Amino acid sequence: MEFKELLVDKLKDQVPGFECTEEEFRGELSLTFDKRDIVKVCEILKNDPELSFDLCEDVTAIDWAKRTLRYTVVYHIFSLKNKFRVRLKCNIDEEDCAIDTVSSVWKSADWAERETYDMYGIQFNNHPDLRRMYMPEDFEYYPLRKDFPLMGIPGSLPLPKK
Amino acid sequence: MEKLTKDDIHPKILEALMRTESRYTVEDALENEMILNMGPQHPATHGVLRLLLRLDGETIVACVPELGYLHRGYEKMAENMSFYEFIPHTDRLDYLAPLSNNVAWVLAVEKLTGIEAPPRAQYIRMLICELSRIASHLVAIGAFAMDVGAMTVLLWTFREREKILDIWDILCGARFTNTYTRVGGVANDIQPEALAKVNWFIDQFDDNLKECEQLLNKNRIFIERLDGVGIVSAKDAIDLGLTGPTLRGSGVEYDLRRAKPYLFYNEMDFNVITYKEGDCLARYFVRIDEARESAKMVRQILSKMPQGEVRLNSAKKVLPNKAEVYTKMEELIQDFMIVNFGINPPAGEIYSAIENPKGELGFYIVSKGEGHPWKCKIRSPSFCNCQGLPLMMKGHMVSDVVAIVGSIDPVMGEADK
Repeated sequence: MEFKELLVDKLKDQVPGFECTEEEFRGELSLTFDKRDIVKVCEILKNDPELSFDLCEDVTAIDWAKRTLRYTVVYHIFSLKNKFRVRLKCNIDEEDCAIDTVSSVWKSADWAERETYDMYGIQFNNHPDLRRMYMPEDFEYYPLRKDFPLMGIPGSLPLPKK
Repeated sequence: MEKLTKDDIHPKILEALMRTESRYTVEDALENEMILNMGPQHPATHGVLRLLLRLDGETIVACVPELGYLHRGYEKMAENMSFYEFIPHTDRLDYLAPLSNNVAWVLAVEKLTGIEAPPRAQYIRMLICELSRIASHLVAIGAFAMDVGAMTVLLWTFREREKILDIWDILCGARFTNTYTRVGGVANDIQPEALAKVNWFIDQFDDNLKECEQLLNKNRIFIERLDGVGIVSAKDAIDLGLTGPTLRGSGVEYDLRRAKPYLFYNEMDFNVITYKEGDCLARYFVRIDEARESAKMVRQILSKMPQGEVRLNSAKKVLPNKAEVYTKMEELIQDFMIVNFGINPPAGEIYSAIENPKGELGFYIVSKGEGHPWKCKIRSPSFCNCQGLPLMMKGHMVSDVVAIVGSIDPVMGEADK
């Protein structure tokens, strides 16, 4: 059995009610599934001895602007043992702009999730330290959202007093 | 360095600092312990890294790195410019190895577009990747030695790096921000003078590196300041997402050149250097040995480099040769279309990563079939490596801070994007 079939089968066996869409583009596998399953899926992917996706490379998001489910949170994880990379995607509604954190599974997701929060305003539930990563703490906007203008918003970053 | 009061520090950062348990309570922590602000303007923080240290006497109880002082919003800018226009911006990410970043970006775009550069161009890319690895590690070693008090080494390693910058000068006319690669190849073929200079450089490099090593390997002050400082276990290193020499210094044999070979790295004969100690000294040894491995690889690349084209000839995907643009109609149209509307890769998403001197540099590009990316995420190694700082520093002395920061060699241009 091929590794990616094994991967999807394992997830279907162990997560109750798991449904996902598989996509393959340029030899890279993406799995899209419901956001409620995210922590469970990540725990299985990391802890299963055959899969052992022990390196979380990146967490980010995509803003689709006009779509009904406006955001997609994207995780890139890599298995050092199998030399295999998989992309996990969860769609998120603008009204309920939150997803559970996976920083309990991989510590490296901590900062990556903070960055995603900083840039897109997506809340990560149960995150230990959800602060802004790059922008000042009192900045009111989320710069990578598509409705944030490229030139910035004048006056949004106060200059130091003379 | 000055002592801070409660008014100088944002409450959320203070909260993050206070999360670590110690024998003092939160109320009197500011009285009995000290919070020390280091950076963003500090010569030993390698740029504008700001560290907040909570100290008990001289021992570090907690450390909170604050990033973002060099945040220029490259991900936002990438969404608003064509794939070609972004190449010069990648120079400014890891500014100690700009050519490596150029290669990473064009490989990502090529993967998205589904094209491949001619073999000679790929060999040239490998050559410049390895030479920039040497250059970057030389700066890392020199600056690291200077941070812990061995001033001379910096001048010696910079002398070597200068020779590589001279090669860049011949190769593409710029020493620092090179912008040498293009989608589907490189800007120009490598000149015979440049090749001769590479040959000369590699021949004398081993001896000169040995000289630098002799200044450090038996230097008691250097060894004692690094040995056993900032230890990360292999498990923690993977969990924290560390990559590059920092990860290999902890004994994990993970190198993208081996794990997921790109270009022609599967044909190269090289060792993945690992040290199992996981302290600052191990990371220094990894860099020294990697520089030597890279030099070995440069020799192989030079002997295997084929002749032929250095730029793919593919209409609508790749910029045509400049000389032909001025003389032929078809090429003129092609040039006009690509400059104005971009290369329009198919809708889809890719993640492409290469082994940069600092670690894994990845680009995640989402395309909607337009001339500019819909989304571009930079997975920068320095950013992820900085996440290891709090763990490495806990329980060490204030004077070890500079050694630990120097040992992971962060470049803030990359960490802050």
